[in-house]
Amino acid sequence: MWRARSDPDAPIGIRSRLPGARSTTRTPESLATRQGVAVGVATAAYGVSFGALAVAAGLDVWQACVLSLLMFTGGSQFALVGILASGGAAAGGTAIASAALLGARNAAYGMRMKPVVGANSWWKNAAAAWLTIDESTAVALAQREPAARRRGFWVTGTVVYVGWNLTTLLGALIGDLLGDTRAYGLDAAAAAAFLGLIWPRLRSHQTIAVACAAAVAATALTPVVAPGVPVLAAAVVAVVVGTTNWLGRRTEGRVKP
Amino acid sequence: MTLWHVILIASIACVALKLAGYAVPPHWLEKPSVARTADLLTVALLAALIAVQTLGAGQSLVVDARVPALAAAGLLYWLRLPFLVVVIAAALVAAMLRLWGGMA
Repeated sequence: MWRARSDPDAPIGIRSRLPGARSTTRTPESLATRQGVAVGVATAAYGVSFGALAVAAGLDVWQACVLSLLMFTGGSQFALVGILASGGAAAGGTAIASAALLGARNAAYGMRMKPVVGANSWWKNAAAAWLTIDESTAVALAQREPAARRRGFWVTGTVVYVGWNLTTLLGALIGDLLGDTRAYGLDAAAAAAFLGLIWPRLRSHQTIAVACAAAVAATALTPVVAPGVPVLAAAVVAVVVGTTNWLGRRTEGRVKP
Repeated sequence: MTLWHVILIASIACVALKLAGYAVPPHWLEKPSVARTADLLTVALLAALIAVQTLGAGQSLVVDARVPALAAAGLLYWLRLPFLVVVIAAALVAAMLRLWGGMA
């Protein structure tokens, strides 16, 4: 069903909502494969919107494809083209910084995934690192047994990688054909895409407060500073709230990876 | 800096961060304040990007067809519609308001 795929960030509790989760006759590994393919295909589908937005932001088809091949982390890719759309190459520094800050969570996922992926050589670890994103981490952690977790990680990562790159190319070619992308509402699609990425994270008072404060700060700063800087300045809000744990639960011991 | 420089430097930075996760000792990120900040950083950056994408036009602020489109997207996410459907719907709302509603 469509509903099972509505969260682009595939939260950890995804297991019960995925197709096949109720089946009892399958092994944990084949269940993990099915979930990985389902999540992978759903995620890959929105590579079309990335490709089209990248071209709308002034990138060519090659540049859009290189981002998906190399960077391969959706949030950072959307952020980079979003800032380049408003400031062009002159906003490059802030675009890079925003992409890197958004990519920082992959480092946290990597620490959690290293014992899970079962890599015994440096190149397998490097391949695992490349495929470490929201979706592969979430599907892996939704499994209970080590073998199923390993399978879930690799299947999801591989399916998303192949699909995301194919759909990026498709989206970039479509965007190229469209010409004036504003007439098709692609600028509004970019904001809607970001809203979809943040939606599953807005679960506590703390995250909602940070989101609102960051949005207000970025809006207020837009007329005053160079393009891209308002987004970076909003990150200060996260650092202040994160270190002081303002509005946070005090009993919170371990935070999810 | 050309667009290619921006793309390559940002890509290398993101890949380096992924590799760092597999290279550094695991206790680094176990401090709750560090993990919490990493999580909130994602939320803050995305929220700021939504604001700038919806209201920004270069260095000025404009209210145009993007605002009702974003509101429609929020409603559709709340109704638990899938990502791709919502993104396309938001684009359609903005496109139709521009075509028939006379909005900028």
